[in-house]
Amino acid sequence: MKIEFTLNNEFKSINVDPAQRLLDLLREDFGLTSVKEGCGEGECGACIVLMDGRAVNSCLIPAGNIIGKSIVTLEGFRKTARYKMIEKCFLDAGSVQCGFCTPGFVMATESLLNENPHPTDEEIKAGLSGNLCRCTGYNMIIDGVKLAAKRGNGLW
Amino acid sequence: MVKGFRPETLKEALKLRAQYDCLPIAGGTDLMVQKARGFALKPDFRKPLLFIGHLPELQRLEVINRQIHIGAGVILTDLLNSETIPDIFKEILALMASPPSRNLASIGGNICNASPAGDTLPYLYAMDAQVVLQSTDGERIIPIAGFITGPKQTDLKNSELLTKIIIPQTEFDINMYRKIGQRKGMSLTKAAFLGMANVADGKIQDIRIAFGSVAQTVVRSGKIEQSIVGKSTKDIVKNISEISRQYAALIRPIDDARSSAAYRKKVSLRLLEEFFVSNLAKVSNLRKAQSKGDIE
Repeated sequence: MKIEFTLNNEFKSINVDPAQRLLDLLREDFGLTSVKEGCGEGECGACIVLMDGRAVNSCLIPAGNIIGKSIVTLEGFRKTARYKMIEKCFLDAGSVQCGFCTPGFVMATESLLNENPHPTDEEIKAGLSGNLCRCTGYNMIIDGVKLAAKRGNGLW
Repeated sequence: MVKGFRPETLKEALKLRAQYDCLPIAGGTDLMVQKARGFALKPDFRKPLLFIGHLPELQRLEVINRQIHIGAGVILTDLLNSETIPDIFKEILALMASPPSRNLASIGGNICNASPAGDTLPYLYAMDAQVVLQSTDGERIIPIAGFITGPKQTDLKNSELLTKIIIPQTEFDINMYRKIGQRKGMSLTKAAFLGMANVADGKIQDIRIAFGSVAQTVVRSGKIEQSIVGKSTKDIVKNISEISRQYAALIRPIDDARSSAAYRKKVSLRLLEEFFVSNLAKVSNLRKAQSKGDIE
């Protein structure tokens, strides 16, 4: 099936199986390996990307559903001031250990702050409830998001 | 390679549905998991896919004659952000899956998946919601309870698409929803309870009670509800064990990886008691106090 969409702000036209997972399309066809496969069932959030600005699980999206959509992965997002703020704050708060879950958490954080620039602790927890981390625990990730919301005032 | 159809209009989609033996897919959050073959592999779809999630006709959310009409393709996030959706339904939606899944999952998909643990279903049953099923031959409008015929089974015909859900715009004074899961976020329901009621002059005017995940389909009994309407909240609280016994006969859960049948049944009946004893009694006492002018 012919799939036309925008990937990291570039127009793409490809011919793929419409059932192919967006996750595999991004990793295998476009070499975007920030997108991780953790559970493959939409539970861990390691494969989160932005679709039209909103966080989505790329393991649950068949290629046929991205036609006409704008997909942004960490590789595209990292060029923005918002990314640089999240990166700095995650580093300062110790939000990263092994790093496998981190791209998903960063994209979920962007989606959350985009919708709600000044979230409460509870709103951060709810906003990141689709992401699992097995190393740091969640407190330091929540601290990183709080720091980004505070220091990045005006970016979102 | 599996074939995919991506119509631009509902009319075109219905034509394709009539012409081919195909599988309608909206957000894909259930189907992509059910058909998954594992790490880095394509899901195992045997039929052509009919993509319908993007259809503009299925995105509408409007109030017509005091009924909320929800397009089957509306995603859970958009329901949560809508001013039209009652707070109790939003409370239910906010506990479903996680934000990145709610950004994909459609209400129509949750209905057609017909899981006994489907989280929108207790509310839709309790509200006497109706589903609109369209085909090239016309449309059928039937109650949700008639549409879902068993676990993972619906009355959807091969030529039909679920296009709309119609919910009466009724709000209740007393609302209680409890979802029992392993954790708060991203959890699949072990048992769910929904109780809604209107109380006036200490008497129950309307009551809706629905249990999720504890039988083949949602448990709701019009007969028991009718026997409660008109009674005083005091009498109901006194009679709670009898009401509980009646529901106990309808609650037939299973043992599975998520929970045991015994736990599901016990917790469901405890939630029923909590609804009557804590919520109903408390609110009706509050009302009495308010009418006497004790409380602002």
